[in-house]
Amino acid sequence: MRSGRAAALLAAGLLLAIVPSVASTGAAAGGPAMARVEGGRLPLFYPPPGGAAEVAVPPFLLDVRPVTQGEFLAFVTRRPEWRRGRVPALFADRNYLGRWAGPTDLGAGTRATQPVTQVSWFAARAYCEERGGRLPTEAEWEYAARANEVRPDAGADPERVRMLLEWYSRPTPKDLPDVGSGRPDVHGVHDLHGLVWEWVLDFNSTMAAGDSREAGDAERTRFCGAGALTAADARDYASFMRFAFRASLVAAATTPNLGFRCAADAE
Amino acid sequence: MLIPRWFAPFAIALAAACSTGSDDKAVQPAALFDAAAAVPQGQPIEAVLTDAPHVPPPIDRKTPAKVVVKLEVIEKVMEISEGVEYTFWTYGGGVPGKFIRVRQGDTVEFHLQNRADSKMPHNIDLHAVTGPGGGATSSFTAPGHESQFTFKALNAGLYVYHCATAPVGMHVANGMYGLILVEPPEGLPKVDREFYVMQGDFYTVGKYREKGLQPFDMQKAIEENATYVVFNGAEGALVGDKAITAKKGERIRVYMGNGGPNLVSSFHVIGEIFDRVYTEGGTRFQENVQTTLVPAGGSAIVEFVAEVPGTMILVDHSIFRAFNKGALGMLKIEGDDSKDLYSGKEVDSVYISDKALSSAPISAAAAGLKSGKLSKAEQVEAGKVLYAGNCATCHQADGKGLPGIFPPLAGSDYLMADKRRSIEIALNGLSGKVVVNGKDYNSVMPPMSQLNDDEVANILSYVRDSWGNRGDAVSPAEVAAARASTPRPPGAAE
Repeated sequence: MRSGRAAALLAAGLLLAIVPSVASTGAAAGGPAMARVEGGRLPLFYPPPGGAAEVAVPPFLLDVRPVTQGEFLAFVTRRPEWRRGRVPALFADRNYLGRWAGPTDLGAGTRATQPVTQVSWFAARAYCEERGGRLPTEAEWEYAARANEVRPDAGADPERVRMLLEWYSRPTPKDLPDVGSGRPDVHGVHDLHGLVWEWVLDFNSTMAAGDSREAGDAERTRFCGAGALTAADARDYASFMRFAFRASLVAAATTPNLGFRCAADAE
Repeated sequence: MLIPRWFAPFAIALAAACSTGSDDKAVQPAALFDAAAAVPQGQPIEAVLTDAPHVPPPIDRKTPAKVVVKLEVIEKVMEISEGVEYTFWTYGGGVPGKFIRVRQGDTVEFHLQNRADSKMPHNIDLHAVTGPGGGATSSFTAPGHESQFTFKALNAGLYVYHCATAPVGMHVANGMYGLILVEPPEGLPKVDREFYVMQGDFYTVGKYREKGLQPFDMQKAIEENATYVVFNGAEGALVGDKAITAKKGERIRVYMGNGGPNLVSSFHVIGEIFDRVYTEGGTRFQENVQTTLVPAGGSAIVEFVAEVPGTMILVDHSIFRAFNKGALGMLKIEGDDSKDLYSGKEVDSVYISDKALSSAPISAAAAGLKSGKLSKAEQVEAGKVLYAGNCATCHQADGKGLPGIFPPLAGSDYLMADKRRSIEIALNGLSGKVVVNGKDYNSVMPPMSQLNDDEVANILSYVRDSWGNRGDAVSPAEVAAARASTPRPPGAAE
C-alpha cells in the first residue's frame, strides 16, 4: 500500500516537466520541490492586545510553487473520496473543482501546469498530508512572502506594496498563468504573489484569536475604520487584503483564485 | 426617530385639502408610525434596482412588505475618462452602485453576491441599517459566494451604502458605493423627474487624463490628492448625449450622494437655485439654496423647477475639481425661451478703457431700438464707438486702411457699391482678392461673430456716413435678413 502510493506520487512528479531546480529537501515526496526557508522574526499584522508585536518563525520547508492542476488530478485519481461529487458537502462546497470537465478530467479549458484552484481547505490539507507534509501556517506563509529576489524581508518596500496592490486590484483572469513563471525569491520560492491566493493551515486564526473578550464579535474589529485601529501598520494595504481574504473563507469554501502549496517542518 | 416628519408640508397640504375651511390649528401632525413594529404584508417583493442616473419608481404601497434585494459585486475594467481605464469594484456593474428604494418599516432581505472571478472578498455597510456594521459583518462574502441578512428599515431618509472590507478606503476608492432611499410611509411629494447622481474621488498612478489602464495610487489616496473627482463614476458620465434631460416647467428631484472616499462635495447647479434641499438626506429641508454641502458618506436631496430652458451644469463648486478633475455634469432643459425670466444677451457693448470712449452712445442706440425710435444719428454715434473697438485696428481710425494689406473704407467704391454685400462681409468675413479704388487686396477678414445685428447695423451706418462716404443707414432688420439668408461659416454667430 505505502509503496504503491509512493510510486503513484513519483509518476505524478514525472508528469510535470517544470519543477524548478531547487534542491528537494526532507520529508515531502512527489509534487513540487521544497525549499528551506530559514526562520526569523515576523512582525504581526494584527498583534494581540498587550501581546508580543512579533513572533519567532522556526526554519521550515515550503513548496517552491503552488500545487498544479495536474498534481491534484493525480491526487483525486488515487483518492476517489476527494473527487468532485464524492466529497461530502461538509468538506467542500459545490464549486469544488468545478472548472474541470469531469471528476477525473481536466478538460480542454485547463492545463496541467496551471495552479489548482477551487479546492477547499480540507482537500488541500489532505493532499499535503498524503505527501507527508502539511499546509504552511499563516506565520510561515507571511514570513516567506516578505522576501524579494535579494533579501528575506522586503515587507516594507513601498514599490513592492504598490505592485502587490496592482495585482490585488485586478479581477482574476479567465485563464490563469502557469505556475513557476515568475522569478524566484531569495529562498528559491515562486508565485507567493501574483498568481493565486493560497490556503494556510490556520487561515481563520487571526480573526478567532483577535481578542477573547469580544468572543463572537471578533470580526467587527476588522471592518471599516476599526480595521486600522488594530493593525500594526495601517499603510500596509496588501496585508489588509490578504487577511481580509482569508477571513472571508470557511474551510469548505472554494474559489477560482484560491490554491495552495505545502510545507513541512525542517529537520 | 420614528416620526416621519419628512413631508410635514405635504401632510399639511393634504390635510388642508381634505378639510376645506378649517384653519391651520386644526391640522393634525402626521400620525405616529412605529416602523419597528411594522409587520410585512403579502408576498415578498423583489426590489427594482436601477443604474445611475435612473431611479426606481416611487413606492405606492400603503403597507409594509418584505423586500428582497439582490446585489452582485462585479470587479471590472471601465473607462474613468476618455482613453483612461481603471479597475472598478462595483455593486451591480456600475459606479455608483444600484439605487435601492424601500419604504420605512419594510423588512429587507439582502443578498450580497460576489462573482466568482472577483479577486477580493467584499461586504456592504448600508447606512440605512440599524445594527452592527450596518450589515458589514453579516455580508462578508468570499469570491464565488453569496451572503444573506435581513434588516428592518427603521428610519426614513436617503442613505449611502458602501463596502467596509479592509482596507476600506481602497474598496470605496474603487467605486464601491451607492444610495438606498427609505421612503416615509406616506411617500414623497410627486415630482416630474427623479435623478441619481453620486460623486466620488479617484486616485491613479498616472496623471489626470494619462491614457491607458491606471492602477490605484495608495499614497495619493492617503494624501487625499485626488486625480479625478467625478459624477457617476467617470468623467463625462453626465455630459453630451449622456446628459440628464427635463422639460421646461418640470419639477426635478436629484438624489445626490457622495461616496468619497475623501472629499466633501460643494454641490451646485449652475443656472439653478434649489427650491428645497433636504440637507444630508434627512427629514427637514432648507429653501432657496445655491450650493449644498454633501459629506463623504452622505447625501442630499435637492428639488427645483426647471423654469428656464438651456443647459445647466452640475459641478462640485470646489471649482478646480470641475475644470481639472472631471466634476462636471449637464442637465438639459428643453422648451421655449422664457425671455421674461431670462433674456439671453441683450447688449454686447465694447468696453475700451484705453481709448477712453464712452459706451453711452451704444446704450442710447439700444434704447432707441427697443422703443422703436432708433435714429440714424444714434446709430452713427453708437457705430463710431463700436468701430473703434472692432474695426479700427485694421481699417484704422481714419478708415484709410493700410496700403496693400487692409483695404480702405474711406471713400471706398467697393464698400459703397453694394449695401447688402457690405453687410454680408461684416457677418461672414471676406477672403481672397478684391479690387478697391483700383488697387488689389488679397487678405483675410474674419467674420465679426462677436457682433449682433444692431451692432453690425450701427457700425455700417457709421462707416457709410464717414470719411467722405455718403450713404443711408443700415437697419438691424437688414442685417437680420442678410444673416438669415446667407450660409453661416463654421464658428460664426447664429
